[in-house]
Amino acid sequence: MSLHELSLRALAEGLRAKKFSSVELTRHYLDRIAAHDKALNSYVTVTAERALAQAAAADAALARGQGGPLTGIPLAQKDIFCTKGVRTACGSKMLDKFIAPYDATIVEKLHDPAGGAGMVMLGKVNMDEFAMGSSNETSWYGPVKNPWDLSRVPGGSSGGSVASVAAGLAPVATATDTGGSIRQPASLTNLTGIKPTYGRVSRYGMIAFASSLDQAGVVARSAEDAAAVLQAMSGYDPRDSTSVERPIDDYLGGLAAPLQGLRIGLPKEYFAEGLDPGARTCIEAAVKVYQSLGATVREVSLPNAPLSVPTYYVVAPAEASSNLARFDGVRYGHRAEGATSLNDLYERSRGEGFGAEVQRRIMIGTYVLSHGYYDAYYLKAQKVRRLIYEDFRRAFAEVDLVLGPTAQSVAFKLGDKTDDPVAMYLNDIYTIAANLAGIPAMSLPCGFVGGLPVGMQLMGNFFEEGRMLNAAHQFQLATDFHRQWPKGFAS
Amino acid sequence: MSYSIREGWEAVIGLEVHCQLLTRSKIFSGAATAYGAEPNTQADAVTLGFPGVLPVLNGEAVRMAVTFGLAVDARIAERCVFARKHYFYPDLPKGYQISQYELPIVYQGKLDIELDDGTVKTVGITRAHLEEDAGKSLHENFTGVSGIDLNRAGTPLIEIVSEPEIRSPAEAVAYLKKLHQLVVYLGICDGNMQEGSFRCDANVSVRRKGETKFGTRTETKNVNSFRYVEKAIEFEIERQIDVIESGGRIVQETRLFNPDTGETRAMRTKEDANDYRYFPDPDLLPVLCSAEYIAAIGAGLPELPEAKKARFQKDYGLSAYDAAVLTGSKQLAAYYEAVVKASAAEAKLCANWVITDLLGALNKLGKDIAESPVSAEGLAGLLKRIADKTISGKIAKEVFEAMLAGEGEADAVIKARGLVQITDESAIVKAIEEVMAKNPGQLADYRSGKDKLFGFFVGQVMKATQGKANPDAVNRLLKEKLAG
Repeated sequence: MSLHELSLRALAEGLRAKKFSSVELTRHYLDRIAAHDKALNSYVTVTAERALAQAAAADAALARGQGGPLTGIPLAQKDIFCTKGVRTACGSKMLDKFIAPYDATIVEKLHDPAGGAGMVMLGKVNMDEFAMGSSNETSWYGPVKNPWDLSRVPGGSSGGSVASVAAGLAPVATATDTGGSIRQPASLTNLTGIKPTYGRVSRYGMIAFASSLDQAGVVARSAEDAAAVLQAMSGYDPRDSTSVERPIDDYLGGLAAPLQGLRIGLPKEYFAEGLDPGARTCIEAAVKVYQSLGATVREVSLPNAPLSVPTYYVVAPAEASSNLARFDGVRYGHRAEGATSLNDLYERSRGEGFGAEVQRRIMIGTYVLSHGYYDAYYLKAQKVRRLIYEDFRRAFAEVDLVLGPTAQSVAFKLGDKTDDPVAMYLNDIYTIAANLAGIPAMSLPCGFVGGLPVGMQLMGNFFEEGRMLNAAHQFQLATDFHRQWPKGFAS
Repeated sequence: MSYSIREGWEAVIGLEVHCQLLTRSKIFSGAATAYGAEPNTQADAVTLGFPGVLPVLNGEAVRMAVTFGLAVDARIAERCVFARKHYFYPDLPKGYQISQYELPIVYQGKLDIELDDGTVKTVGITRAHLEEDAGKSLHENFTGVSGIDLNRAGTPLIEIVSEPEIRSPAEAVAYLKKLHQLVVYLGICDGNMQEGSFRCDANVSVRRKGETKFGTRTETKNVNSFRYVEKAIEFEIERQIDVIESGGRIVQETRLFNPDTGETRAMRTKEDANDYRYFPDPDLLPVLCSAEYIAAIGAGLPELPEAKKARFQKDYGLSAYDAAVLTGSKQLAAYYEAVVKASAAEAKLCANWVITDLLGALNKLGKDIAESPVSAEGLAGLLKRIADKTISGKIAKEVFEAMLAGEGEADAVIKARGLVQITDESAIVKAIEEVMAKNPGQLADYRSGKDKLFGFFVGQVMKATQGKANPDAVNRLLKEKLAG
């Protein structure tokens, strides 16, 4: 097997057994990026020099018998996380020249050789502009292609994260999820992607889209890989008031537990109209696998789930319109040339720096927060959000995990939905509820339709990442969907 | 000459005071808050509003806000919420100010103010909320561009909003002075109005006497001295009455006071006003103040001006006026108490010296009590010498002048200048006899019934002794001798 086909555990063992060095491993990935990424456009910035220096330091640490299970293993960072001294563009012209002056907390946690996991950063990967999109077509750096079919989208907003991992241009990548931006792209590229409980991973240094929904997570080629990296990213951060001070479960340690007696709920609203029949067949087969593993399955109801999309498209743009107000061309970021007045500077800098989708959401958000509309939109949406949370609370009184589709269908063609924002927004119909409720959720491979991957979604109660990962891992022991590679990228 | 409003009219005034809290670091970051540093040297990533940064609330700012709330008898919210207030301006790095909107930390308080005629009026405090200050835009010393200094951005403020219960410029000033005194007493604000630590916006409207509905109001921004507040409100009242009396209507607008002309001018009307699009800040959790937390802060409250004033009247037997002057500031009150304690002199004598002589001198020197060239112990040393009759009160004034001029402590001055009081009666009698011998005419007149001339003889004797003779002894002995 080639190095890029190895699991993180196998990589760690190989590094420790000196079968290969971190520098060799890193070079392998840098070579693959050079060879394949022109077709995919998954990397926005490749930090080769820095990566090799980190790798050399990791090798030295390993030689001294130091380092942890991730030391020396490469990783791709979504370009939404601030990386000191490295451009952090967030998929936007607005930040095309922005060099972050500090590291995000998760960047410290993953890459710091002393206090952190000592991983190697290969570079910054592409994404929808400010994480707004479901196809990675809103990026200022151009769309990312799906390694399974280069004419199709990889999903979004973490399109670069999934494309790089699915194509073996990174063993694992960070991602973020505000309404499905980890799970939907993972589903479309045959990856395992987890969005943990809101507050589990620090948001400090992650460029905000919708603060009450944004959560960082990971995309990987297996639940086991995802568990290892999530373990390293998680934890309370005094710099993020919304991060939760609570011990982190032993995700890796919990993977082996048998599923006997696990109660799985199938939300009937998730199997209604709109779900592609092929995808449905895959998910129904996956449910049978779980039953064979000892899980019990029953129907549950999330009656307010159909309200998720409209609720989300009030709350998220409202917060985005506020979070993106700081991009004014005054202190950093794009500044329009030759402004004639202060307002002209603002209008033109923002008009030039932001793409159409970002501008659309800023306008929607500004509108719903306006005097006289706040109660009708924002306040009402917050109330519905509460109802959605209550749905899950009731469901988790009866079942341990909720299982359903991640996306309505397999990856769609590039350009198919770019002219129809509402059709694009409906991509997130199954994923948004978890963000609104704050619960953890993940997507994992469960089959193929027409040669394209289908993902299923698991949702857990607050801080039940461990149970979810356990269920995903056991499924992956019983199936081999997640081991399939897109043609042309395997060896 | 105090201002009085035109006959038949009434003014309705509400004040908003921005009070910078004396925390060492900013309200949502660890950057320092000290005034006067080089521009932008106290602006960290959070202050600058860099992408990805998050606010973390400074607990000390919360404690200070609660302290204020308790001092004005207000209610402290069990749960208060930070909200974002949006507008674009270069000195507002995030495009929004983190403030409080629907759920402020302090609400329903009150402040008693004393008016010139001695009556006490209670002014309601609607609310006081926590928020961050903006930076400063600098337009001087630049051509074609403006400078932005973000050192001040993120400094904690409480905005204290009064009920519209103030009815005259004088009441407004009394309210502001009282509030200013209070926040300085509490140690939560340095009260420096020139540096902008304590700033006032005045909402003013007028209506015909007897009218119950409020008129349309204007808001005059950032008036940074008590005198300017008074002037700005006076101007605004007169302007509004003029407009209405000539058939016009008041426009709801924000106005700016010009201290050079004493006038206000329109800055922006309600139509151009920002829609602030307030919503709860999702980066910050609601702040919960438990009963125990509030009680602990209450237990640590310093003695407030009103209580101190009452105690001074009771314990030191002072008049209401003297007590009010002496408790005007915490330092002055402490100074006075130190003088009383160290001198063991009569409290009233101490009060007279502090109020008349010390404050008079400081006023001339343009100095604050903290910068007084004569310490409380120094003044006590002087008063001790009056009490033990080493010097007379009159001589004491001379000694005090010398002390102010830096000639040393009272005893040293008395010794160096030979000012010890003459209590030796034979020396006084000798001086009396010499004066009588030199002034036979006056002596004859006195003895024929011109009692008034007694003062003349006292003066001559004091003059002959360079003022050092004990006045009581002079009086007594002179009476005896003049009687013959």
